[in-house]
Amino acid sequence: MKFLKNFFERTEPLVQKGAKYHWLQSVHDGFFTFLFVPKQTSKTGTHIHDYIDLKRTMSIVVMALIPSLLFGMYNVGLQHYKAIGEMAAVGFFDMFLYGLLKVLPIVIVSYVVGLGIEFAFAQMRGHEINEGFLVSGMLIPLVMPVETPLWMIAVATAFAVIFGKEVFGGTGMNIWNPALLARAFLFFAYPAQMSGNAVWVALGKGDVPIDGFTGATPMADAAAGNITFSAADAFFGFIPGSIGETSTLAILIGAVILLVTGIGNWKIMLSTVAGGVVMGILLNIFAVNAYMELPFWQHLFLGGFAFGTVFMATDPVSAAQTEKGKWIYGFLIGILAILIRVVNPAYPEGMMLAILLMNTFAPLIDHYVVQGHIKRRLKRAKVTA
Amino acid sequence: MSEVIKLRKGLDIKLKGGAETVLETLPVPSTIALKPTDFPGLTPKLSVKPGYEVKAGDALFYDKYHPEVVFTAPLGGKVASVNRGERRRILEVVIETDTNAGFAEFKKAKPGTLSADEVKEQLLKSGLWPFLKRRPYGTLASPQEKPKAIFVSTFDTAPLAPDYNFIMEGQLGSFQTGIDALAKLTEGKVFLGVSEKSVFTNIKNAEIKQFSGPHPAGNVGVQISHVSPINKGEVVWTVNPQDVLFIGRLFETGKVDFTKIFTLAGSEVEKPKYLQTVLGAPVSSITDGRLKKADHNQRIISGNVLTGKKEDPMNYIGFYDSLVTVIPEGDEYELFGWAAPGVDKFSASKTFLSKLFPKKEYELNANMHGGERAFVLSGQYEKVVPMDILPVFLLKACLIHDIDKMEQLGIYEVIEEDLALCEYVCTSKIKVQDILRAGINTMIKELG
Repeated sequence: MKFLKNFFERTEPLVQKGAKYHWLQSVHDGFFTFLFVPKQTSKTGTHIHDYIDLKRTMSIVVMALIPSLLFGMYNVGLQHYKAIGEMAAVGFFDMFLYGLLKVLPIVIVSYVVGLGIEFAFAQMRGHEINEGFLVSGMLIPLVMPVETPLWMIAVATAFAVIFGKEVFGGTGMNIWNPALLARAFLFFAYPAQMSGNAVWVALGKGDVPIDGFTGATPMADAAAGNITFSAADAFFGFIPGSIGETSTLAILIGAVILLVTGIGNWKIMLSTVAGGVVMGILLNIFAVNAYMELPFWQHLFLGGFAFGTVFMATDPVSAAQTEKGKWIYGFLIGILAILIRVVNPAYPEGMMLAILLMNTFAPLIDHYVVQGHIKRRLKRAKVTA
Repeated sequence: MSEVIKLRKGLDIKLKGGAETVLETLPVPSTIALKPTDFPGLTPKLSVKPGYEVKAGDALFYDKYHPEVVFTAPLGGKVASVNRGERRRILEVVIETDTNAGFAEFKKAKPGTLSADEVKEQLLKSGLWPFLKRRPYGTLASPQEKPKAIFVSTFDTAPLAPDYNFIMEGQLGSFQTGIDALAKLTEGKVFLGVSEKSVFTNIKNAEIKQFSGPHPAGNVGVQISHVSPINKGEVVWTVNPQDVLFIGRLFETGKVDFTKIFTLAGSEVEKPKYLQTVLGAPVSSITDGRLKKADHNQRIISGNVLTGKKEDPMNYIGFYDSLVTVIPEGDEYELFGWAAPGVDKFSASKTFLSKLFPKKEYELNANMHGGERAFVLSGQYEKVVPMDILPVFLLKACLIHDIDKMEQLGIYEVIEEDLALCEYVCTSKIKVQDILRAGINTMIKELG
């Protein structure tokens, strides 16, 4: 390890401004700080600093995503073999392997494209490389249907990183969650390829699906008026859907990691679920069709609700930043997600749009919370004066 | 005793090397110094030149804009040098001490028998006025303004902070005299912030307010905000407990007596304890021969690890500081440091295994533990600020120098020490104290 440190220390002068390889500075710095926490000590202000940094924070979120990723791989295989009617012939590992080979390229494309752009921007701006994309790069594959072409993943990732993040100034400055922006970009730019029933289940060229196979997600079915899934399947995740979103159980494991470490915000998670439940109950009460009659708690297992609640709504940059604001922000996401999902015929899933919409309104919510705070402080001044 | 004000927000950082309650009296240091840089916003004018003989209590320099505010020699002797920095800014006025130099004479009287103006004049002439600091902004009190109250916090919750219950042993009489003098200076009350077990609860002529909770419960700014928050146009003065003693002794003896007990603490100190010397003593007079021999660099801090100033041993201890902390510098690379499980790594977050051992004491160094980033995580600062303040929004107002917003969000109530914990816990390593001071400087410049 001494060798590595010496290597990086010796090459440091070569990548400084004006030196021969100056265009590699961000890359050098990125890898060096990834391997070694820098020796830099505090110059002003507090002399001691908390051991936590953005690398650790982000890697914990990535860790929390791993259960969803692994289950997603398995489920891709499961849905594939179910579709071609060969369930009896293959075991767990065959399914997992099939899924791994399908999903891994998506993950790689997302990271390579996204990190490439991040490095380039860091170099252009003379910044250190920001760790934000470590999470976004994992979120993007997990919210994609498995049959999304790789070039579309690349385009969407590039769009999300450049127009979702870098134009605002990079990590910490963005208004919308970059991963959701990537998903929304595909949804609206390539509606023919990205919706309908053909993208959710992986089918090879020569594969012939069994009779009665539609490839539709339970939500698409439900929107059409047929409830075709069991609540248990939806909870454990044995249903078609985006790669990482199907298993509520795997997502809950991630949620536990985020909550125990305090990285994910419990207020947002709780209020989002509360909003979903309230809207679900309201729909139950005023139900006029089969979908509206769907028991409210089953909505929590369906589609992207759980995934969005745990990993997307809680993105600290695009969420509301005041403590009161977080309650409002989460609750409205829950309400809107279920409302769009059930009532709007054009969009079978509402979570993505609900979160993006509330991302947009988060600064407004914060503004009013801060104004309320200021008003209360002013009142105090009058009382004592 | 009235009710206890319980604070829930905050953070106690448990460091190794807390001082034992043992007092050692040190010989008179051969040189002492007063540093104009210890007083934010001061423009000093010299009253002496190198070679002048001074008595203890003779003026060394004064405030250009308030000439009645003078800064006096803590001990008599000869002015050895005036050290200047960039653009001839005065950094230090150094005195070679001489124990036979004598004392300047002041009035010896019970403060209760004097008028407010007489008390004020005595404090100004003797150089004790600068121990009065004002809020907003934490600058020197102005003799012209009328404070609505005076606050003294008699306990310190910062890491490794001195225990004033121990320091005050045998000195409570002088403390009472000091409080009597302070009571003359305000039409409002003198408030004493005390902790649970406190020797100060019987002090008269002041209203006692008991606080409990983690750091920064002992910060005077936090106490003010819970007892009598500062609104626009109001002024509150604050004094440190040991500085109240100086005031008390002045009225009791008619002489200045700047004998002061310093705490030497930190994981790099051989035997952390209390040391009695004098205001303005060199750092080396306290640290020499008392630090652990180490093959790594050490950082000596005048003050505590959150708000103190890094000092060379050749320098002099800060005017308001009662603590010298020594910790490892930590200027070393750490392989995959950000990924380690972290049993030895104290953190306010719950991402390190150290969270499982809440009682453990830690050896923390001055490493940044990561690079500076844009602000990402929300909700961190709020957990360590037990005041009616939205720290992030206040800091943003400071960053854009928006005077209206700073005022509305409470710039009058905080100085650096009150938000220092934010800087400690910040994942993005944002320089909170620098940002706040820049905002305060803007306020002073624009509104005076």
